[in-house]
Amino acid sequence: MMTIRWPLALLFAVLLLLPLGLQDYLLHMAIQILIWGFVYTGWSVMGRFGQVSLGHGAFLGVGAYTTALLWNNFGLVPWIGIPIGVAFAVLLALVIGYPCFRLKVVGHYFALVTLALSQVVLLSIVAARDITGGSLGMTPNSVGQSSWLALQFTSKMHWYFVALAVWAFGLWVWVKVDRGMGRAAMEAVSEDETAAAAVGINVTREKLRVTVISAAMTAFGGALFGQYQMYLNPETLSGIGVSLQIVFAAIAGGMYSLLGPTVGALLTIALTEGLRIGFGTTLIGAANTIYGILLILFIIFMPRGITGFFGAWTKRRAATAAATT
Amino acid sequence: MDIYLVEAIINGILLGGVLALLALGLNLIFGVVDVVWIAYAEMVMVGMYVIYWLHAYYGWPLPLACLVAVIGVGLLGILVHLLIIQPILGSAPINQLLATGGLLFFLQSFATLLFGTDFRNIGLRMPIIEIGDIFISFSRLIAFCVALAGAVILYFFLSRTHIGTAIRAISQDREIMGLMGVDERKVYVITSAVGGSLAGLAACLLVLQYDVHPFIGLSFGPITFMICVLGGLGNMIGGFVAAFLMSQIISVGGYYFSIELSYVFAFLFFIVLMFIRPQGILAK
Repeated sequence: MMTIRWPLALLFAVLLLLPLGLQDYLLHMAIQILIWGFVYTGWSVMGRFGQVSLGHGAFLGVGAYTTALLWNNFGLVPWIGIPIGVAFAVLLALVIGYPCFRLKVVGHYFALVTLALSQVVLLSIVAARDITGGSLGMTPNSVGQSSWLALQFTSKMHWYFVALAVWAFGLWVWVKVDRGMGRAAMEAVSEDETAAAAVGINVTREKLRVTVISAAMTAFGGALFGQYQMYLNPETLSGIGVSLQIVFAAIAGGMYSLLGPTVGALLTIALTEGLRIGFGTTLIGAANTIYGILLILFIIFMPRGITGFFGAWTKRRAATAAATT
Repeated sequence: MDIYLVEAIINGILLGGVLALLALGLNLIFGVVDVVWIAYAEMVMVGMYVIYWLHAYYGWPLPLACLVAVIGVGLLGILVHLLIIQPILGSAPINQLLATGGLLFFLQSFATLLFGTDFRNIGLRMPIIEIGDIFISFSRLIAFCVALAGAVILYFFLSRTHIGTAIRAISQDREIMGLMGVDERKVYVITSAVGGSLAGLAACLLVLQYDVHPFIGLSFGPITFMICVLGGLGNMIGGFVAAFLMSQIISVGGYYFSIELSYVFAFLFFIVLMFIRPQGILAK
């Protein structure tokens, strides 16, 4: 236990002091990594049990758009808007999840049903262009100054600490799920549903539990990202594109370990930014080309992600060291 | 009767033909290799760019450019199988789906890199047929007929040739067929080639009607997976019924509401049907 806690405490200490030495641009990247790291962690809460959802873009979009629309049209502050958005996402997860789990829609079929869901949300946002701005996107009304009430900050420093707190909360949820009894149940379910049901596990309830947690976190992250960017676009917050992006980052980082999804966020954002700076805008698309190739290689050679790969590697080294002494 | 509605229904039928062809290729791979190529529509996009390039840029005659596209995408299908699918055939099924998802990103952004995000048109103007007060686009009619012809050819290939029989047999029982002396790997490669060629053929038909751009795959890729699953695995007739049902929802829904909403209805229809008839609409 202690061996895990010390490095984590050190990491937090570094992260708390980090913004003091960063320029705005690097701070901007750090904020994005933390918010997306939180979302990817949310995805992996269900993904690690073999529940591969290609529909998390739906929850992201519902969270972000509900919050922004309530603010723009009814003046409801995000402190109320975000919980409502999260509640809608949870409701959506229940409406889709319950019949899926009840009727044993699993594997490919579950992936495709959730994929359809993310497209439904994307197209609904585009279709409701009178209030959402359609594919042009929308901007939450600005209060013009830093305000805790409106959750709008002019300084990046504020945002960094908000994002850090939310990200840490995400890790806490992940650990809660990891240490709870539900984990054993879900692992049994992911191995063999019928056998799990036979030993008395309520498969539908266990699956719904992780799905609801996962959807709520994703919606929260989406709302926060919309608040931070002060711009919402249906293509970047819902639909198949961002859904796949979530899945890939979580897998590339490693969805079976606590910091894996965050490593995924770090990797993908650093890669995108690095290539953008390296190639400039002349080679638009270069970043994603390399990204695509890396993803294929990851799935073929490191299906447990970076953290999983190095975790196994250090364990093997420790084992050989123990064997030789 | 409202002639615009009639027009919408006819357009739906014509669209259904092309969607059926796409779903057929995907279904073949899904049924035989047991992999969902999530990048299938992006392979169609590659075919469309090949045709655009050869025809509009280098001035090749259109039929020749189309032939190159069919063969080229067929070869691409083989490459995809050998390089991406074969190494991970033994791992969890969802990994193969995700690996082809990486291919989706790759093809999309590679096309952006080569051609930019401009919409490109091969600049072919086809006549419009007028029957009474109803207008039908000739290019859509051709696409429909060719798609049907393609489906019939595929049917004869699968039912009348030796290798076709092996392909159907593998989709029914892959373990036994190995014992019967069928080389699974060879059948997988051939199936991937045929599936790829069908994507190439679909590219020929779509390039007549739509502008090509790197993200065109996203506009009909998801609907193709839905049709494929709705039709039921390995059920060609079911795939056809599903394609025409979905295309009618899209076309008639687009007439009454908006095109986005019609797709929303189509996806919701898919989700609901997955709960009612998970084995496909024609399942017993």
